[in-house]
Amino acid sequence: MSQKELTQEQQPRASGPEPRQWVERYADHLYSYAFARLDDEEQARDLVQETFLAALEKVGQFQGNSSERTWLTAILKYKIIDLYRRRNSGLRTERLDEEPEQEFFEQGNGHWIEKYYPRPMRIEDADPLVNKELAAILRRCLKRLPALWLSVFTMRHMDDAATETICKELKVTPANFWVIIHRAKLNLRACIQKSWQ
Amino acid sequence: MGVIKKIRYDCRHATYLIEKRQHRSLTIKERIELAIHLSGCSICRLFQEQSRWINRMLRSLFHSDQGRGPVISDEFKRQLQQKIDERLK
Repeated sequence: MSQKELTQEQQPRASGPEPRQWVERYADHLYSYAFARLDDEEQARDLVQETFLAALEKVGQFQGNSSERTWLTAILKYKIIDLYRRRNSGLRTERLDEEPEQEFFEQGNGHWIEKYYPRPMRIEDADPLVNKELAAILRRCLKRLPALWLSVFTMRHMDDAATETICKELKVTPANFWVIIHRAKLNLRACIQKSWQ
Repeated sequence: MGVIKKIRYDCRHATYLIEKRQHRSLTIKERIELAIHLSGCSICRLFQEQSRWINRMLRSLFHSDQGRGPVISDEFKRQLQQKIDERLK
C-alpha cells in the first residue's frame, strides 16, 4: 500500500458529504493547491468557488470511496487543466508569430552560438527556499515561458504527471512534448543566467 | 562530415537528449551518442549540471508553495459560505 493510500485510510470517514463544512475544512487547502499551479490569486479564488459550486451540483454522486478532500481536489484539478487549455488556445491564435523563437544553436551543425554558451552561475548550491532573490528570478523566468510550455512544465514537475497524461490533457503529440520540454529548459536556463549576475 | 564529428558538434541534439534522459530512459543509440558528445563538450556538461539543478529547484519551489502561498481572506470565505448556504436552502 502506498503512502498516499495510507494517509487517506487514516482520515475520518464521514457518513456523507457535509457541504456546509466545506469552506471551513477545505477552502485553504484548495486555494493553496490552485495558487501553486496558477500563480494568480484571482484565478485561484475563482476556481475554488467553481469547485465548491460544481461539487454541490453533483453531491449525490459522491461515493465515499475517497475522502471529501480528495474528491474536491480532483474536481479542482480538472478545472485547472481546463484553464491551462484555455490559456493555450489563446496563445496559439495570438502569439505564435509575434516572437520569433530564440535560436541558441548554429543552423547547420547544431553547435552552441557563443553568446548563448551556458556559463558557470555559482548558484548551484543556492536553495530557492532560503534565497528569496533566486526564487523570485525563477518565478519571473517561468512566467515568461509561453503558456503551453508552462502548463507542461507545471504538470510535469508539480504533479509528476506521466508524459502520456500530459499529452492527452493538453492535446500535445509525444514528439512535441519532448520539443517543448527541451525548448522550455533552454529558455528558462538562459533567463536565469541573464537575471543572476 | 563523419558521424562521430557530427555528434561531437551537435549540441542541440545533445541538450535534447539531456532533457529527455531526465524523464525517461534513452535508447542504446541515444545513450552512446550522448556519451560521445559529453566526453568532448564541457559546455554541454555544464548545461546538464545546471539543467538537473533547475529541475530540483522547480520541484522544491512548487512544493513549498503548497500550504505557504498567500492565504484566502476571511471575507471571501464568508461569501463562499453564503453562496453554498443559499444553494442548500
